[in-house]
Amino acid sequence: MPIAAAERSEAVFQDFKHPYGPGQAAAEANRCLYCEDAPCITACPTSIDIPEFIRKIATGNVKGAARTIFESNILGMSCARVCPVETLCVGDCVYNEMDAPPIQIGKLQRFATDAAYEAGWSFFEAGADTGRSVGLVGCGPASLAAAHELRRFGHAVTIYEKRDVLGGLNSTGVAPYKMKAARAEDEVAWILSIGGIDVQTGVEVGDDLSLEDLESRHDAVFFGAGLGADRFLAVPGEDLEGVHGAVEWIEAMKLGAIDISGVRSAAVIGGGNTALDAVRELIGLGVPQVTMVYRGDEDGMSGYAHEWSEAKREGARAAWRAQPVGFESENGRVARVRCAVLDDAKKPVPGEQILLSAGLVLLAIGQGKLGDLVAELDGVEVQWGRVVTDENGATGRPGWFAGGDAANGGKEVVNAAAEGKRAANAIHTYLEGQG
Amino acid sequence: MADLTTNCAGIISPNPFWLASAPPANSGDQVKRAFDAGWGGAVWKTLGQPIQNVSSRFGATGYRGTAAIGFNNIELITDRPLETNFREIAEVKKQYPNHAVIVSLMVETKDEWQDIIKRSIDTGADGLELNFGCPHGMCERGMGSAVGQEPTVNERITSWAKEYSSIPVLVKLTPNVGDILPHGHAAKRGGADGVSLINTIKSIIGVDIDRFVPNPRVSGASTNGGYCGAAVKPIALHMTGQLARDPSFGLPISGIGGVTNWRDAVEFMLLGATSVQVCTEVMLRGYRIVEDMIEGLNEYLDDKGFASVSEIVGKAIPAYSEWGNLDLNYETVARIDGDSCIGCYKCVVACQDGAHQCIFPANDGTRVPRIDEDECVGCNLCQIVCPVPDCISMVELDNGYAPATWNDHLNDGATLRPKKGAH
Repeated sequence: MPIAAAERSEAVFQDFKHPYGPGQAAAEANRCLYCEDAPCITACPTSIDIPEFIRKIATGNVKGAARTIFESNILGMSCARVCPVETLCVGDCVYNEMDAPPIQIGKLQRFATDAAYEAGWSFFEAGADTGRSVGLVGCGPASLAAAHELRRFGHAVTIYEKRDVLGGLNSTGVAPYKMKAARAEDEVAWILSIGGIDVQTGVEVGDDLSLEDLESRHDAVFFGAGLGADRFLAVPGEDLEGVHGAVEWIEAMKLGAIDISGVRSAAVIGGGNTALDAVRELIGLGVPQVTMVYRGDEDGMSGYAHEWSEAKREGARAAWRAQPVGFESENGRVARVRCAVLDDAKKPVPGEQILLSAGLVLLAIGQGKLGDLVAELDGVEVQWGRVVTDENGATGRPGWFAGGDAANGGKEVVNAAAEGKRAANAIHTYLEGQG
Repeated sequence: MADLTTNCAGIISPNPFWLASAPPANSGDQVKRAFDAGWGGAVWKTLGQPIQNVSSRFGATGYRGTAAIGFNNIELITDRPLETNFREIAEVKKQYPNHAVIVSLMVETKDEWQDIIKRSIDTGADGLELNFGCPHGMCERGMGSAVGQEPTVNERITSWAKEYSSIPVLVKLTPNVGDILPHGHAAKRGGADGVSLINTIKSIIGVDIDRFVPNPRVSGASTNGGYCGAAVKPIALHMTGQLARDPSFGLPISGIGGVTNWRDAVEFMLLGATSVQVCTEVMLRGYRIVEDMIEGLNEYLDDKGFASVSEIVGKAIPAYSEWGNLDLNYETVARIDGDSCIGCYKCVVACQDGAHQCIFPANDGTRVPRIDEDECVGCNLCQIVCPVPDCISMVELDNGYAPATWNDHLNDGATLRPKKGAH
């Protein structure tokens, strides 16, 4: 069970991007060119009408701005904080084309959506009861977006969540300088306030609830179970105290209190966004020396360049072309990472190794996929652990839909929100077709 | 450097930039600081029987985040004792003999005019400005714009002032009239040495939508005030040009209304103003703006090869014509510079919704809009909405038609090119 928000380790973090006050929001909103057929809208996976909500902020119609955002993306509050806007809407702002600072769309979206939460505005009502029922697996962003949309259509909705924490990675995985777990929990409550969404926690589909039972209970199913456990490298010493999966460690840091006061150096294995988050989190928690260990070069990282440049600014180090081959201990816990040095073909260079001091090691080399949970169903295709769907989230099995990380393999919250909503619309069409 | 010395109706100042009669020229301390900053002249805040003002007094209208594109006030003339004002004017004049100090006046009876003019001249002031323009408060008492709107009253009081004054007299005109010409001529018949215009425009600056009370709010009510600031410049330019191009008028003009910088000042001068007066921009930004005004004007004059600022006065008057004299065969079309275009499509929506439907989204994978030149009427709207400097240009086309105006067409049957965008 999570502990009180103030006692969580993540409580020490401040917002990396400071929220706008009304004056700042109006000043920034007034800079927006109000483009026609704006590139920022195209860049947003949920197609929020960004120029319109910004104009509404500029005129003081903040409630209308929030309505515009939520109409497209019910997770607009968390997306405002966690979206990599630099590579999405802000990255496509036309101001970039004239070397002028792009509009701070994420901050403006946060301003409007926070205002909505604070004021308790509600914009949506459940539709008239259709007598149809949809079961959703997992209570992360994809399922929440789908469930909310399905309730607007009037379908009965049940979400099955194996944990006791709702919100998925928004609650357990988002870097705390972007959003803390308590805020993600606020969002879940806000979405659920449409009413009629039955959330059953502690139910692991395939274990506590068979697929057959799931299918028989509902007229359609949405599989939004997300990703599985952290992957490990299978090298000697991985079981030492102080070696953790990054996602597991981040969750412990966000929802609980961890003690890393004795850690003088840490290594994060991987070059993706989870690795970058872990690096910045370790620095923020006061670890003096944090090294990212990555197999390739700086250019080859899958993590966002803007995140890495912030990490560097905060003091992160990197070991490039380095592949851990073993973890070495001192006094029973991890103390060093031994790495092979890789050549251009990512093959170890014989005889070349580096030894990094690390009292804590986080493995951020990916998570297991959960598609196999449903692979046994006729018609459901699973590739590399991901559930295969069409562009509307439909699997090959009638009435079965999927979205979010379970289907896309691990993307942003905004992708999950978009996929969940799209799937809900497809489910609605499907149910209507069932007569 | 060009010579900025200005002689407006016999009032000499080191440059054409004067403070208008308003809060920035309310006291000796202020005017001294303004002169130290570089202002060439100051028209003292209007003297008359000191009044009592309300609280609040000013209102502004913004646009997309600008604090005050337009401004208004319901403040009246000076509320300070006349003796204090006259003592300070004399001090300023003594300390700054080469700067122009003009005393603005507003009283009622002929005897009052005689008395206040004598006392004004005794200060050593360089000129008088008769305030026939104030459109709020004072006009309810039969002064200000109540005078300026009646040519016979204007002429009569101007003639009184000329009778008593040994120094130049400017008449400050109100824009709250249908046509400025009769009012300028009334001042001329009264013997005025020059006119200054425009005074403020009768206005309600806005309404408090929570309290249901107009602004600026005085307890539970408000009143119409005088509108000024950058937004009124086009009105002031028109009235300045109307008088300046009238060959039977011929008096020097001190231009007022929305002058915020040297460019605005040059525009007023090109349309016939000899000096310009500034209030609102000083209220918003302070006396220091004059540094750029002087420097910018100097650079402009040097750049254009003028030795003296007087050479540009009225320079655009020959080109201020009637619609019927405009060449209907002159043709421009919009062209977009694809390299600098940022793809905002503001021109697309403006043309489609607000103009003549000749600009379309790109269809070549870029976001550089397409212009159908066969339909483009050359209206300028796309250029106006484009956020990128010089991205959209209006290009002249040689359509083979000889110039022909509407008047040429009516009178001589001159051939007009086919209309565009009219189907």
